[in-house]
Amino acid sequence: MNDEKHPAIAVQGLRKAFGDQRVLNGITFQVAQGETVAVIGRSGGGKSVLLKLLIRLQLPDSGSIRIADREVTKLDDTHLNEVRKKIGFLFQQAALYDSLTVEENVTFPLSRHSKMSAQEQGKRVRQLLSEVGMDQDRGKWPSQISGGMQKRVGLARALALDPEILLFDEPTAGLDPITAEEIGKLIADLKRKHQVSAIVVTHDVHGASAYSDRMVLLHNGNIKAEGSFEALKHSKDEFVSQFFGYGLR
Amino acid sequence: MYLAMFVVLATAISGTLVGSRSGLTVPRHYFISVFEWFGELGLFCLRLFRACLSPPYEFREFLRLCDEIGSKSLPLIALAGAATGVVMSLQMRDSLVRFGAKSFLPAVIVFSLVKESGPIITGLMVSGRVGAGIGAQLGSMRVTEQIDAMEASAIDPFKFLIATRVLACIVMLPLLTLASDFCGILTGWIANTLTEPVSLRLFLDNGFKNMLFSDFIPPTLKTMVFGFIIGIIACFQGMRTQGGTEGVGRSATSSVVLSSLFVVLADVVLVRLIITVWTY
Repeated sequence: MNDEKHPAIAVQGLRKAFGDQRVLNGITFQVAQGETVAVIGRSGGGKSVLLKLLIRLQLPDSGSIRIADREVTKLDDTHLNEVRKKIGFLFQQAALYDSLTVEENVTFPLSRHSKMSAQEQGKRVRQLLSEVGMDQDRGKWPSQISGGMQKRVGLARALALDPEILLFDEPTAGLDPITAEEIGKLIADLKRKHQVSAIVVTHDVHGASAYSDRMVLLHNGNIKAEGSFEALKHSKDEFVSQFFGYGLR
Repeated sequence: MYLAMFVVLATAISGTLVGSRSGLTVPRHYFISVFEWFGELGLFCLRLFRACLSPPYEFREFLRLCDEIGSKSLPLIALAGAATGVVMSLQMRDSLVRFGAKSFLPAVIVFSLVKESGPIITGLMVSGRVGAGIGAQLGSMRVTEQIDAMEASAIDPFKFLIATRVLACIVMLPLLTLASDFCGILTGWIANTLTEPVSLRLFLDNGFKNMLFSDFIPPTLKTMVFGFIIGIIACFQGMRTQGGTEGVGRSATSSVVLSSLFVVLADVVLVRLIITVWTY
């Protein structure tokens, strides 16, 4: 399925501004096949925008984004959707469809893109919900479950089409430490089981150290530092050491 | 020309098109915003037509929305039509008696309801109920990233959310208009017969005696245009929502204000068009 010759995601000189505010200032990085990269940085530093640019929910001002060796910025709608089917996206607030139950939320992408029968879809949905520990709540509405449970369902929905790449936008934000740790373990389990490439945008440096292979620190629209958790933790740079110092308190 | 000027002025003054910009102190911004709004609406329509014409088609969602927009609006529309019939009967009776034309009362009620009151009342009631609902629902989906989630799952929100809603509005408006006409004529007869007993059959015979299909079909079908206007404006306002719950409220309000305004303006144009086409 994965071609070892090219990286799962390759970003080159990516720029994005909203009016006078420059959010990304020509960043370049790659995510290898099967690698999990944590993108960390201060609030409002363009981390979530980066994820939305990757899946073209927003258009960059300039730069290149290659996913599965295809230039995402130049694809037409049909080909873009082919690429999007290979990507699972967990939104910051889970973004569950509030008019659908938990089970229907996970079935939704399957019913439109897979060739499975209704019975097979049901089986697959139950398996996914079981994987994230939500199989007992499949008849509930999103408004009837907690934020942590919503993120679990969002994760099951992101996995529905068996993606090659996963994008997580603040998967542990707003959760208590125990639930945040559970979500972190879930991401680590998924990485092990499904062998997907992933980008995790987070503030939780300590949590990210448990499941990420590499970290990218964004600051003022640029990549300030890049490397393993251990390498960044012992960085001589004042901002990096300050960020990791606070992050690990 | 006058109509276009009126539209631009009315939409600018309504202040509902321009998002965060406010105040008449910068009229230039208003005019730019108004033209931007029309431009974006045009592009939105083009994307909608493309979504309507290309498979896959969302039949199940379309049928669900026909029920949501049609059957669930029926009691409101029936009541509004019935009230109009009663009021028309009471008001017209007094006026016609003064002119010695009391016998024309059934025809006046039927013609007024079928040709104008039924369609416009249905249009305005639906723009209030359905327009606000669509604007608020899509607005809420936009600010909670549900529409982004749909796009991220490679599902075109224009097919699933917009095309289905606009088509359901187009299909259901004429049917709701028939219900409104029916209730208005029925309650018009009841109000009339309470004052001066007359059989329903005689009332209908007199009412429909000089009515042609050309008096009935065009005014009923013109509500398809109203349906398009209500659907497209409510969806457009909902999809461009920004700024949390306040933005959702703004979208719901602007959906009702603008769709009602454009329904009334479209009625002016359509009545003129129908008269021109059917006269010659």
